Amino acid sequence: MKNFLRELSRDTPGMIGFVIVIIVLALSVFASVIAPADPLEIDVYNRLASPSWQHWLGTDQLGRDIFSRVLYGGRVALKVALISISVALLCGLLLGMIAGFGPSWLDRILVVCFDTMRSFPTVMFALAIMTLTGPSLNTVIAVIIITSIPVYARVVRTQTLAVRNLDFILAERAMGASTLRILRDHILPNISAPLLILASMDVPAVVGMEAGLSFLGLGVGPPTASWGSILNDGYSYLRNSPWPIIAGGIPLILVTLGFTFLGESMRDILDPKLRGKGALNQ
Amino acid sequence: MLEYVIRRSGLALVILLLAVTLLFAMIHMMPGDPASILLGPKASPELKAALNQRMGLDQPLLVQLARFYADLAQGDLGTDVFSNRPVLEMVLEQLPYTIVLVLAAIGGASLVGIPLGCYSAIRHNSLLDRLVGVMSVAFIAIPSFVIALYLLLLLSVKWRWFPAMGAGDSGDIVDQARHLVLPALALGLGWVGYIARLVRTSMLEVMEENHIRTARAFGLSERTIIVHYALRIAVLPTVTILGLGIGTMLSGALFAEIVFSRPGIGKLLHEGVLTRNYPVVMGSVLMTTAFFVLCTLISDVINAMLDPRVRDGESS
Amino acid sequence: MSAPVLNISNLSVNYSTDRGTLHALRDVDLHIQAGRIVGIVGESGCGKSTLISTIIRLLSANACVEEGEVLFQGEDLLALDAKAMRKLRGNELAMVFQDPMTSLNPVLSIGRQMLDIQYRDDGSKAEKKSRSLHMLERVGIPDAATQLDRYPHHLSGGMRQRVAIAMALMTEPSLLIADEPTTALDATLEIQIIQRLRQLQRDVGCAVLFISHHLGVISELCDEVVVMYAGEVVESGGTRQVFDAPKHPYTRGLLECDPASIQASDNILPVIPGQLPDLTDPPPGCIFQPRCDRSVAQCSSQRPRLDGQGHRAACFVATS
Repeated sequence: MKNFLRELSRDTPGMIGFVIVIIVLALSVFASVIAPADPLEIDVYNRLASPSWQHWLGTDQLGRDIFSRVLYGGRVALKVALISISVALLCGLLLGMIAGFGPSWLDRILVVCFDTMRSFPTVMFALAIMTLTGPSLNTVIAVIIITSIPVYARVVRTQTLAVRNLDFILAERAMGASTLRILRDHILPNISAPLLILASMDVPAVVGMEAGLSFLGLGVGPPTASWGSILNDGYSYLRNSPWPIIAGGIPLILVTLGFTFLGESMRDILDPKLRGKGALNQ
Repeated sequence: MLEYVIRRSGLALVILLLAVTLLFAMIHMMPGDPASILLGPKASPELKAALNQRMGLDQPLLVQLARFYADLAQGDLGTDVFSNRPVLEMVLEQLPYTIVLVLAAIGGASLVGIPLGCYSAIRHNSLLDRLVGVMSVAFIAIPSFVIALYLLLLLSVKWRWFPAMGAGDSGDIVDQARHLVLPALALGLGWVGYIARLVRTSMLEVMEENHIRTARAFGLSERTIIVHYALRIAVLPTVTILGLGIGTMLSGALFAEIVFSRPGIGKLLHEGVLTRNYPVVMGSVLMTTAFFVLCTLISDVINAMLDPRVRDGESS
Repeated sequence: MSAPVLNISNLSVNYSTDRGTLHALRDVDLHIQAGRIVGIVGESGCGKSTLISTIIRLLSANACVEEGEVLFQGEDLLALDAKAMRKLRGNELAMVFQDPMTSLNPVLSIGRQMLDIQYRDDGSKAEKKSRSLHMLERVGIPDAATQLDRYPHHLSGGMRQRVAIAMALMTEPSLLIADEPTTALDATLEIQIIQRLRQLQRDVGCAVLFISHHLGVISELCDEVVVMYAGEVVESGGTRQVFDAPKHPYTRGLLECDPASIQASDNILPVIPGQLPDLTDPPPGCIFQPRCDRSVAQCSSQRPRLDGQGHRAACFVATS
């Protein structure tokens, strides 16, 4: 870890990304302490105000303090990212290992399923499901999990296949080591680095997806603040005040740049072989 | 060549069929049934049963699946719950807008990105090259609807350079083009750096290959070597990735259509979701998926046209 | 005897590497008369490739010509600008490369590549095509008309190398440089291609600089031979003279180690003991001295020169 930080400090974009990520995390976690106002408090006499000392990023159409809403919106974004990425990662790990280490017929079926899942444009798929279930944050999380699993599973499968036929693994198997032991002791350590990098690079996509669905009015319901719903509110009052849109977009851009730069840097440090992968997952 | 196209089309058809089946399965595994969604929670059980019967939802699952396939094969995507219009007709009406948008975005991004990547490779480590390197990864990851909103705010609302809404008057090409600029820009902007980086990487690789040395030894001009001998190989991976990238772009197009109130499949789908117009939603999703599968097919065919080794089924 | 086509004198080329300056070529002299075939022989790492890259001016970026000149038809190639150099390449000066599997463009048809290199001619496309066709026939490619529409991956290694030779000789150059053109091919093919090359050379009347580490091929094909070791020319002369009566201990070692000359009853493969010297720090005296079994005191302090005419060797022991 110490080594990693030292390497990171040599890479300027990586360091910038790291700092942004830390700041965003801190602001979101301590939103309740930092926020100057209650994000839900309505002030009808002060609607769509421009930034001032009282309201750093102005107010929205109900007079709520946008800066506070952005901070609380970060909580939603990070909650979605944390839950959906970790669940998708675990499921992907499991399915990928089964595909990579299991019988070949099972592998073929799983690969076809993964590939088919990837043939849907993600947002369209999400909308189809949301028509049936109705809008809610939990559905957003579920949809992100379902669409992310194949991405992780594919990487795990490829890595598992690569490790599986290494000489020392074959030797271990010949010695009678159980499949479970081989997976735990040899394959897991080998695939954890690429998976962590992939997960880091995936954060912007997931956060963007949540914001996008909330922007479409299909994520968090009012009055809860999310970066997407701030943008949605702002879009309706676009001609009255640009501030809600400016304020809602900045954290999304920062999170994207931060995690991407950090992920790129991590990849270069931990696993140079992986260059060029993972940047594209809808 | 023909043999390759047939082989590849067969595969595309299988993928599409699987995707449709998977979508069908997903919907039936999800909680909630179309009847109560359409009629709302307060509808009487009798009314629900009647609707279910009308939509064939009371049949066993396999029978439903078979009917679903049969309808699809006849081009029947169901009817709009409210207007009773055939969904296929509605979808086909909107699809051209989306295709134009996606093609404009991808074409524009390639037109700028490919020469930029080429230049970065030839002048590598120049200032422009390093700029492309830093910008390329991050820009593709910024959600395109954020870019769309900022463009709308700045170029349309504040500076009034471009119109903010719709697709322009039908028949007036110039007006339509003006309406296309901002959505296409929002959709394609992130791809410029990404394409440039892809082309740069493979260009650097190709320029080191032996056949480029041969071309030089025959005194071919540097221009011929770069454009005809190197770039043709260097764009191959980019073509594949662009084919896959259409999927991302279709998702982005949905947002661009909503932000700029532009007609298109995405807008149709979004309206369908908001009004719980289940057949319209399904029809739009199926059509976009089909379009996406078709795009990956086209990108593979382009690859085969550019690379004879792919055509002959040899891995390059 | 006519004027030399290629006249290299005192050529020294360095590479800058992480370990310091690598002296890849030192004081190389080489002359090729018009219409003659000169072979360069030596182990890998002896500087053969650097030498030809210098001649056609396709050296890698970290290389630097320290001194010397490369006169081609009386003109110093090293002094030409890029444009003038490009005019010579593939025109007066042609090249066949080592690896036929990678030296042709994989996505362009044979015909297209042959057409492209005739860009200097004003002739019609049909004329150029028929010339390509004729050339393919001359190098012994069966069914040449269909081959024009095919791609390199359709052809075997031998066929690809024939195509490369056809391309190189199409403009009837004055000098053809062939860099181990047959090394990647099997023995029977090698002989066929060598014979074909010999015949074409007579027809075209060009000079050939033929690089190989295969002594049999060199003795079959070449009029003269130049033996290189660790970036220096150690012996040169008529092929028969050099092969029948080698002067330099290195040439002698090389001939003894040639698998073709070894008797089956010998049971052991002779080798030259030791290894190539470190070219970032070459020995002060004779470059071969550390491995030489006949060296005298002078050898480790003074560099022997390649003096005289005809068959000559850079060795104190051989000339004294």
